[in-house]
Amino acid sequence: MSETVASVSALIVKTLLANPKVPRDINGSSKIVEDLAFDSLAVMNFVMEIEDTLDVSVPLDRLADIRTIDDLAACIVSLKQAS
Amino acid sequence: MSIFSKYEGLASALSAVTAGGGRNPFNVVIEKPISSTVGLIEGRETLLFGTNNYLGLSQSPAAIEAAVEAAKAYGVGTTGSRIANGTQGLHRQLEERLCAFFRRRHCMVFSTGYQANLGTISALAGKDDYLLLDADSHASIYDGSRLGHAQVIRFRHNDADDLHKRLRRLEGTPGAKLVVVEGIYSMMGDVVPMKEFAAVKRETGAWLLADEAHSVGVMGEHGRGVAEADGVEDDVDFVVGTFSKSLGTVGGYCVSNHAGLDLIRLCSRPYMFTASLPPEVIAATMAALTELENRPELRVRLMDNARRLHAGLQAAGLRTGPQASPVVSVILDDVAVAVAFWNRLLDLGVYVNLSLPPATPDQHPLLRTSVMATHTPEQIDRAVEIFAVVAGEMGINRAA
Repeated sequence: MSETVASVSALIVKTLLANPKVPRDINGSSKIVEDLAFDSLAVMNFVMEIEDTLDVSVPLDRLADIRTIDDLAACIVSLKQAS
Repeated sequence: MSIFSKYEGLASALSAVTAGGGRNPFNVVIEKPISSTVGLIEGRETLLFGTNNYLGLSQSPAAIEAAVEAAKAYGVGTTGSRIANGTQGLHRQLEERLCAFFRRRHCMVFSTGYQANLGTISALAGKDDYLLLDADSHASIYDGSRLGHAQVIRFRHNDADDLHKRLRRLEGTPGAKLVVVEGIYSMMGDVVPMKEFAAVKRETGAWLLADEAHSVGVMGEHGRGVAEADGVEDDVDFVVGTFSKSLGTVGGYCVSNHAGLDLIRLCSRPYMFTASLPPEVIAATMAALTELENRPELRVRLMDNARRLHAGLQAAGLRTGPQASPVVSVILDDVAVAVAFWNRLLDLGVYVNLSLPPATPDQHPLLRTSVMATHTPEQIDRAVEIFAVVAGEMGINRAA
């Protein structure tokens, strides 16, 4: 199965919207920290959920460069391709 | 723009905590310890239930005497790092003592427990390696991972199956895989299922490092921690720990049977570029270690006290973690309530640690208590009574 940035981004948005505290109007360009008001721990815990869904591990140092949902999706797709 | 403007969020969070005349919880002064269990705070004798001084050895007469004698004989400092002029005979003696205690062949002593994690983890896991950290790891473990250059992967707290899953994803990738767990986790006092982690380590060929900071002197027949209690010491490649909990002094260490540990002395920056422990601290630590070895009854009393405090707080209608261990945390839902509760406890003569998110698991504020072997049953009952009074005042005790 081959994920695309768009499909992974859509999955991330869907997972986020399952949390009632997340704003309803998020999309791929939403910033994870600023727009979602996630602190560092919340980001790491949320990424863990996505990791399980997509069977991939995102190293913490990669998170440092991620600002938007699309950034996270692109990172996951590149990790999946590398593996 | 001020260099401090990036901390405006911190400043407003602190203002919220101290609003209405509340204390700054990060600035409490213990004016003088009166004993291991009682300290003078704001001029009042206060029961200490948040010092991690599990065996009460910070006030051990034997350790104090040893420190005095060492200061007289050797002076009060080394003025140097371990790799320059900072290694004295006492440092070697302490490393040998720790090797004998842990039944391991190699030991490195660091100047603090924080540095022991920083220095060991950053040096062991190199650029092409993987570090697998429990999600609830202590800050020193996360900081060690940042100081090194390994790829860092978190696994779910205390979940060996989740670790296994993440190691499976790494199958076939080059580089060593170093798994880091803690014996007792410092926020909730929960104990690692070390046997399960040892089994995953054996199956996958990963390396296992256990930070037994809160469990040495507390668990195991001889006080060597959870690995001893679970009978899996041979599976734990590296044990890291601190002198500032059950041994009552300051400093840290790593012990191992791997001869390569001695190479870490040549590349671990937190070991190489800081002053070594002063002689009086080493002498006091060795005296405390002797006490830890010769007085197993302290561990029995400690666990009796842990069970008494845990049961008492639960009977008072407060929510705690599931396990009775020397760290017992009362879990609250609201930060403002936790701050008010903590202030009121101090008003009534009980000191505990206020732990706030994001430093706590699950975003809950905690009133974190730690119990000692030297607490009397009466002191524990008094602390529980005060907790119950405050909970009643604040209307947050669940129906018992």
